[in-house]
Amino acid sequence: MREALNLHGNHALLTRANPLAKFTAVFLITLVLALSIDWVSASVALAFELLLFPLAGLTLTLLWQRGWPLILAAALGGWSTAILAPDTGAILFDAGIWSISAGSLELGLGFMLRGLAIALPAVLLMSCTDPTDLADALAQNAKLPHRFVLGTLAAMRLVGLMAEEWQTIGMARRARGVGSRGNPYQRLRATLGQSFGLLVQAIRRASRLAVTMEARGFGGAQRTWARPSAFSGLDVWVLLGGLGIAAAAVAAALGAGTWNMVFLAQQ
Amino acid sequence: MTSSDRVRPAAITARGWGWRHAGRPRPAVNGLDLDIRPGERVLLLGPSGSGKSTLLHALAGVLGDSSAGAGDAEDADETGSLLLDGAPPRAQRGRAGLVQQDPETQVVLSRLGDDVAFGAENLSVPPAEIWQRVQEALDDVGLARLPLDHPTSDLSGGQKQRLALAGILAMRPGLLLLDEPTANLDPAGVLEVRDAVGRCLDKTGATLVVVEHRVAVWKDLVDRIVVLQPGSATDSAVLIDGAPDQVLEQARDMLIAAGVWVPGHVPRTRARTSRASPAPTDPEARPAGQLLLVAEQLAVSRERPRRAGLRRGFRSIAPQPVQSGIAAQVRAGEALTITGPNGSGKSTFALTLAGLLPPVSGAVSATVELSAGAGIDPHKWSAQQLIARIGTVFQEPEHQFVTGRVLDELMFGPRHLGYGEERVDELLERLRLTELVDANPYTLSGGEKRRLSVATVLAAHPQVLVLDEPTFGQDANTWAELASFLSELLDAGAAVVSVTHDEEFTAVLGGTELRLDAPGHPEPDKVLRP
Repeated sequence: MREALNLHGNHALLTRANPLAKFTAVFLITLVLALSIDWVSASVALAFELLLFPLAGLTLTLLWQRGWPLILAAALGGWSTAILAPDTGAILFDAGIWSISAGSLELGLGFMLRGLAIALPAVLLMSCTDPTDLADALAQNAKLPHRFVLGTLAAMRLVGLMAEEWQTIGMARRARGVGSRGNPYQRLRATLGQSFGLLVQAIRRASRLAVTMEARGFGGAQRTWARPSAFSGLDVWVLLGGLGIAAAAVAAALGAGTWNMVFLAQQ
Repeated sequence: MTSSDRVRPAAITARGWGWRHAGRPRPAVNGLDLDIRPGERVLLLGPSGSGKSTLLHALAGVLGDSSAGAGDAEDADETGSLLLDGAPPRAQRGRAGLVQQDPETQVVLSRLGDDVAFGAENLSVPPAEIWQRVQEALDDVGLARLPLDHPTSDLSGGQKQRLALAGILAMRPGLLLLDEPTANLDPAGVLEVRDAVGRCLDKTGATLVVVEHRVAVWKDLVDRIVVLQPGSATDSAVLIDGAPDQVLEQARDMLIAAGVWVPGHVPRTRARTSRASPAPTDPEARPAGQLLLVAEQLAVSRERPRRAGLRRGFRSIAPQPVQSGIAAQVRAGEALTITGPNGSGKSTFALTLAGLLPPVSGAVSATVELSAGAGIDPHKWSAQQLIARIGTVFQEPEHQFVTGRVLDELMFGPRHLGYGEERVDELLERLRLTELVDANPYTLSGGEKRRLSVATVLAAHPQVLVLDEPTFGQDANTWAELASFLSELLDAGAAVVSVTHDEEFTAVLGGTELRLDAPGHPEPDKVLRP
């Protein structure tokens, strides 16, 4: 019966791994990358992550669709670091207060690669993990309180509904003569009014949903799980993979002499 | 049918039971004495404010739950006793199952099978048995053909309500509580849900209490009707109690007066008097039949154009239309009714016609008579230009409330336009809102909210009125008022465009029917009686 439940047509290998194992692996990689700003560790991690794409059923197009804000943010962060960081080494470009030197370019590149290497695993994780399975794992394996986990999961479903509601309220208010056009102040006022309308609807929906859940016996101390969340041999490999990528990134950076601990870095 | 399918039906005993919600001066229910035997099927009727929903929530054990909302429970006030099989409902999770009105909030999880399993999980049913119950429950409500991982967001309103029913059946409750489960559904959805409930009751033998003001839908399924009246200190909360035919005969006039949809009775409405020119003394009105708005080769969608990816140069991609090739004409003094099954894009078309959504392709054009200098494309008009020309009443009145007071709500349009404030008093009077001028719009009853939303839009004096399912969930009195009022507007020269499943409503307004069929091409216009 369990096999019938799957992630919107994605049957890639990693969809079968336990969400908690995937989460831990991602956490390990992210932790290492958060420690050092250097381009070697980030590039190594990034290269491995790109290799994992097929295993998660992710393609470059899908990656762009789901992760473009993160990718743009990483590129922007790298660029601003390159022009604003204190100059060290040869000056490559100079326009008054903005200048790019060999040192700041390296720092900027490291920053951008690091941003990407940290963001990609998150996209990777979400594209091969169903939120319901994640909630199951968090409640059953990580032993988080089930009332909290399932409450959040049910509320998440309402978020999609709220996006539709936002559009409807916008139209409904235009039909009352509240324009979303005009000067910035008028637009801000219109947006605030629309937000209030959405808030009212969100609260109404949420309290009705709460009644629905309570009427289905939710909220007791004990419950069973129709979808037991278990670990398998695959999860060992997922954990080892995460550990391996993290270790490879550190080893490469130490070997290349670029390891640069964030908290000890000299400005 | 095997004996294992049957559940132990629940008995209900109320003795002088009353409930006052926290922060309310008067009790919602007072002095209720009622006995419902195991396996009985009861239709609960009564005017709004008689505490029907409160009773259902209490039986479901979700009223002022002491473990969750302790604050509420302190302020709320309970008197007498209400027992389920001799014990308080709150202590018996899963003994009663509740289906509410809004299909969206009846779904808890995003996959069909998981949602049905949710209640059974909460009752600590062993996992292997849960999936057996899930399959059986889906079978009973007629959803077994869908895969267990079918996204619940893709279901229609009727399917969502049947899913909610399945989720409850998987808990094997002795009591089914239905709180206007079909009020938000189209006629096909109403029958789907009603028939599913009937099948499940025949199979399990559970007790049923259903609240619904469309009596005809449930009459043949229930074996008793109980009519409640608003709580008072002295009178009993139960006004009439008996077999359906007997109650409908005895209390027919009283039920009709209370706005209940009594079978065989169509509420009296004002007939259309003419489609001819209105009195020449009214300078505002245009000659009837004047063309105001035209849709040609129109394709509609709620989605906005997407941006293509890097490889295709971020070009704008038009969304997939829900309906295309629509042609329609809106004329002064004439009604246009848009009908068709769910998902055929009726509302989307109406919103596009009303200048609220941009067309995917094709065009909506206003004639000079309507645009009066504002340009040909209603979607490009400013909000103020729009409301003075085309007024749109949304299905959910609350979406359109922009102030905290009924009077401000009505004055909003005229104040922004700088004219028309004098008409507000007339609208207040005409739609019986005078008593409510200082009330907060959100606190009104369903019928009052509907009347207010129509009045606010009309206060800006539009020549074209667009209404999206204006009669959904309305009691017979509000229905009749609304239909009469619109017939009056039509005779005064306004154009009325309505999206509706309601054939009686369409008949009152007359005019042209535009039928949209599930994605594909619409049939040519079909002319109703004038």
